[in-house]
Amino acid sequence: MKGSGKLPPAARAVVEGDRRALARAISAVENGDPSADAILSAIYPRTRSIPVVGFTGPLGVGKSSLINALVSLLRARGRTVAVIAVDPSSPFSGGSVLGDRIRFEGRADDDGVFFRSMASRGAAGGVAAATLEASRLLDAAGFDLVLVETVGSGQVDVAIREIASTSVVVLVPHLGDEVQTLKAGLFEIADVFCVNKSDLPGADLAKRDLAEFVALGSTEGRWSPPIVGTSTLETKGVDELWTAVEAHESYLDASGERRAGERRRLASEIVGLVRDRVGQELTARLEGDPSLRGLLDRVVARSLDPRAAADRLRPSARPSR
Amino acid sequence: MASTSRSPRRHPIRVLIAKPGLDGHDRGAKVVARALRDAGMEVIYAGLRQTPEEIVRAALEEDVDLIGLSILSGAHMTLFPKVLALLKKNRAGNVPVFAGGIIPDEDARRLRRAGIRAIFGPGASLEEIVTTAQKLARAHS
Ligand code: B12
Ligand SMILES: Nc1nc2c(ncn2[C@@H]2O[C@H](COP(=O)(O)OP(=O)(O)OP(=O)(O)O)[C@@H](O)[C@H]2O)c(=O)[nH]1
Ligand SMILES: [Mg+2]
Repeated sequence: MKGSGKLPPAARAVVEGDRRALARAISAVENGDPSADAILSAIYPRTRSIPVVGFTGPLGVGKSSLINALVSLLRARGRTVAVIAVDPSSPFSGGSVLGDRIRFEGRADDDGVFFRSMASRGAAGGVAAATLEASRLLDAAGFDLVLVETVGSGQVDVAIREIASTSVVVLVPHLGDEVQTLKAGLFEIADVFCVNKSDLPGADLAKRDLAEFVALGSTEGRWSPPIVGTSTLETKGVDELWTAVEAHESYLDASGERRAGERRRLASEIVGLVRDRVGQELTARLEGDPSLRGLLDRVVARSLDPRAAADRLRPSARPSR
Repeated sequence: MASTSRSPRRHPIRVLIAKPGLDGHDRGAKVVARALRDAGMEVIYAGLRQTPEEIVRAALEEDVDLIGLSILSGAHMTLFPKVLALLKKNRAGNVPVFAGGIIPDEDARRLRRAGIRAIFGPGASLEEIVTTAQKLARAHS
């Protein structure tokens, strides 16, 4: 790759396609290692805002199997592809069994594929805190696309919207009442609906129900999520699914929504980073810094209320030092 | 959400648990995976019928601190050394490998000399497996 000579070594290795360096950089981001800052800032200008396609939906609907089938399809078309598969961390032990790799064919000699399992490490919303920055590293490493599998907790897996350019909501026939809960939440983020396990009875009914739901919310001129039936058992519908994803990606470009969406996501990323950093600093200072401890003492003593205390701590209200 | 805190802290140990070769006995691998998870580790369970190439590929992509191999089929004398050799070839010979399953004592001795760091058989205590995993992984990272 041209012009990578000026980068710090760890970042240069990533953009030059060193897979081990890439894997380590992802770990550094996950672990909040100080080395991650330099790598992320060095690679940022080289990222191209590649498509990031999210796959979300209840447990066991076939997200991993679909991703595996799509990777085969994309590789056959000459596209390079990286996968991030997120699974939950135990709130008790902090540990996790990351099992999405089971559905992934080895492809041990294909450098056009990269698969990374990621534990949520306490983040809500179906992805990990590091998922966004990890997909940025994969972008810088030269992959054409990133596919992200969310935790699979159903209704609340909506944080993928902050990361993905296209969100595929995966369902199966006969979800029953669960569909009702999904309507508020998960359904609202769908750019594409996928009814997987269409080899099972009830798929047509499920697609009809979805079509009704989509028709209720559709607006002239806006994107209306297509509904695709798939089966990874019989490998049916997988190319239609990808066609629907590509149609949405084209719509994003044609409508100007890609730029608008990216702008919105970056704004929210910056706000999130500030919230984290200021939050950490404040938490420490509220007990450590004598003047701020006094403020907390007053709230404890009921002579000041929490909102008034917060107002005094806002950066714009802070006395200059 | 979008952000990661940058304060350095002890990160969870990442372990790959894999079953090389054509061996359908997966109870032991699953029991060990769960025990390591309950001890706070992130366990990448790669499932059955992995080739040594796939195992090493997964270990590198997942940036694991430790690899655990489980074999009850009897093929350990060919498959374990292959994994070790491939790790070396990929400049990852420093990633510790431990193992379990049906492995006769004499084989276990030879495998340990070849570089498998610890070997556990039927009835092995999960507590001991966890302690060993922690020791091996912390020495690596
Ligand atoms: C249950 C069982 C089966 C079940 C497996 C179910 C499953 N999904 O796992 C079924 C019925 C399917 C089965 C089938 C066969 N089996 Co069978 N099976 C057993 C049996 C009775 C118990 C295995 C078990 O699950 N133990 C419980 C677990 C928790 O213990 P474990 O696996 O040993 O794990 C412990 C340790 O070894 C260690 N450990 C294991 N893995 C790892 C990994 C790491 C990283 C670490 C640190 C530790 C570790 O920690 C665990 C906890 O203590 C054993 C006999 C025995 N007593 O071991 C035979 C046995 C393993 N089977 C055997 C055979 C021959 C077969 C068949 C070929 C039989 C046949 N002719 O059809 C088939 C092959 C199936 C296949 N596709 O591979 C032989 C193997 C002989 C050999 N290797 O020389 C055994 C030893 C029986 C015997 N004495 O002959 N089997
Ligand atoms: N009948 C049928 N079964 C399928 C299909 N796709 C996947 N499965 C099965 O569904 C189960 C779950 O598949 P996964 O791909 O692991 O599903 P997932 O959504 O990734 O699961 P989690 O990550 O645990 O939420 C497996 O047993 C698959 O074999 C399909 O098209 N038809
Ligand atoms: Mg999955």
